[in-house]
Amino acid sequence: MFSLDLLRDAVVLGVLLGCFYAAVSIGLSISFGLLDVPQVAHPAFLVLASYGVYLLNDSYDIDPLLAGVLMMPLFFVLGLVTYRVYHETFERRGSDAAVRGIAFFFGVAFIIEVLIILQFGVDQRSVSAPYIGKAWRLFDIRIPIRQLVAFAVALLLTVSLSAYLSKTFMGRAIRAVAQDQEGLRLMGANPIRIKQFAFGIATGVLGLAGALLIVVAPVEPTLDRVYIGRAFCVVVMAGLGSITGTLIAAIILGVAETIVLTMFGASWAPAISFALLLGVLAVRPQGLLGR
Amino acid sequence: MNRRDVFGWAAAIALFGLAAGTHAQEAPPIRIGMSMPQTGGLAGGGKASLLGIEIWRDDVNAKGGLLGRKVELVVYDDKSSASETPALYAKLLDVDKVDLLFAPYATVPTAPIMPLVKQRGLLLMGNFSFQVNSKVHHDMWFNNAPWGPADSWARGFLMLGQKAGGKTMALLSADQEFAQNLATTARDVAKKLDIPIVFDQAYPPSTAEFSSIIRALNAAKPDIIFVASYPPDSAAILKAVNEIGVGDNVKIFGGAMVGLQFAAVMQNLGSLLNGVVNYNTWLPEPSMNFDGTKEFFEKYTKRAVEAKVDPLGFYLAPYGYAMGQMIEEAVNATKSLDQKALAKFIRENTHKTIVGSITYAEDGEWKESSTLEAQFRGIKDKDIEQFRSPGKQVILFPDRLKTGDLVSPFEAARK
Repeated sequence: MFSLDLLRDAVVLGVLLGCFYAAVSIGLSISFGLLDVPQVAHPAFLVLASYGVYLLNDSYDIDPLLAGVLMMPLFFVLGLVTYRVYHETFERRGSDAAVRGIAFFFGVAFIIEVLIILQFGVDQRSVSAPYIGKAWRLFDIRIPIRQLVAFAVALLLTVSLSAYLSKTFMGRAIRAVAQDQEGLRLMGANPIRIKQFAFGIATGVLGLAGALLIVVAPVEPTLDRVYIGRAFCVVVMAGLGSITGTLIAAIILGVAETIVLTMFGASWAPAISFALLLGVLAVRPQGLLGR
Repeated sequence: MNRRDVFGWAAAIALFGLAAGTHAQEAPPIRIGMSMPQTGGLAGGGKASLLGIEIWRDDVNAKGGLLGRKVELVVYDDKSSASETPALYAKLLDVDKVDLLFAPYATVPTAPIMPLVKQRGLLLMGNFSFQVNSKVHHDMWFNNAPWGPADSWARGFLMLGQKAGGKTMALLSADQEFAQNLATTARDVAKKLDIPIVFDQAYPPSTAEFSSIIRALNAAKPDIIFVASYPPDSAAILKAVNEIGVGDNVKIFGGAMVGLQFAAVMQNLGSLLNGVVNYNTWLPEPSMNFDGTKEFFEKYTKRAVEAKVDPLGFYLAPYGYAMGQMIEEAVNATKSLDQKALAKFIRENTHKTIVGSITYAEDGEWKESSTLEAQFRGIKDKDIEQFRSPGKQVILFPDRLKTGDLVSPFEAARK
């Protein structure tokens, strides 16, 4: 079925969905894209953050977005600790660190999953907020407000992180460590501490992204498996380490998925992310905004 | 009493104790083996079902067990995965050497063990799977779920929709075995009832956002919307429906949404449930009280809190208990654990259970469907206790269990 109205709605909803994907992937763009850390536990941390948000919302009636902001420092520290353990046990020990690191982060993901099950059980959890379950009417399109919230937060995160990485001393140091770790060491800086700090930021961002995850849809302990493919696809398609590219790639993915869902049937949608990834890499192996 | 007497008494007591111990060893427990989803997407249901079975085990053991032997359950977590169950059931049979088998909760983990039990000629009590025996034709399979004939779910829902004036239908289903089986029967029933299908989409289990699917569905302008979804999706679909809307022409919405029977999901969705007509099994309506139902739920409600499982337990737990009741009745009647004799007894008799009387058809499904179609009414947000009261899920179908009439159209019923 094709109509211009449906196409217009699909594009609008796709942009909003894409921004949500960007918020979910932006931390990975730093940890995997800039730092070369095979952070396959990224979606598991994301789900963990959403359970933290659920806890604050359910027990203290704190707004999910505010709860997400409160989770950020906690996740920053969690990121510092996780990177330090990874560095000491894997990264420092040789050239096959990346391969063994994948095993480490898979292990972390499974541990997080089991801890969530033990603490919260296996049932779905969701939060309540005034902007969940309502829609905003724009002409004859009804746009879910939760999607608009995700859109705004994703934009805010992208702009803030881009500004931080390009305008601040620490941000430039993070970019430098991504480009030439040895060069940075020769300049007298400690690249490991910079990487640890950057990994902390990548994980800290997940506090707010986790809030968006549970605002957009209910969560359950194994939800990370749904997002792992999409998040890596967005980051690689964007060009490793490009924050702006992450937003653009996520929007392209969101719009493509939504158009396929609306026009051609939902069964095709899972193939879209990887078809796009293959297409982009065939034309630009470095990704959309990669160097 | 002299020293010799003391030794004599001590020896007698020791011998008595030894004899009692020997007697206990001579009567090992009857072991019933099963896998059950304890983790993964089906775990919420699996845990509640297991608690129902455990309550039966404790009740039967309190009465002295079966054939004078205690009943013991051997349970493994199948992680809600179809790939786990064949190995787990082979282990139950060959390593644990269990006496009887119960199937895991749900269709997906059960389907792969059907060839195994048929090949070995074993009795298998099914646990809420859908049409897993339709191609295997195992004559020692008995489903505890009240589905009855394959088309009963869709038939009840579509007949209600047609009666309310629905002329066209949309079908939205999850792209996995259980939902696709239901979708197939829904297409067949729609054809028989002469209801054209104007929208028919299967969505993959990884779908995160349903707004655009609902928008496309609306564009087809159906009068009846039949949804066959799994728990993670059902809540997301209802949220999208609430935001996008489905139009005033829709007479009835729902049908086969798995998840809306579970307390956590019901509590989370609250008033978003209003108006939805969905399948169910047991509900606290006046027509659903049978011998032992009340006592079962008194025990379940207490133990569910400790076990951290579904606090309501309407959907699965009493049927887990009923599965045990049927085995109990068959073992006591045949006075054996012979699988063929037990299967023959279950097939040829009507069984009185806490979920009503059960008689089996040739294919091991209930002869007469007791699958309910019920409409959510007057649901408030954040109140789990409200669901224990009658009138919150009014039974519309089947007629013999009916407690009210459909409120239609859907948008009016939501208010």
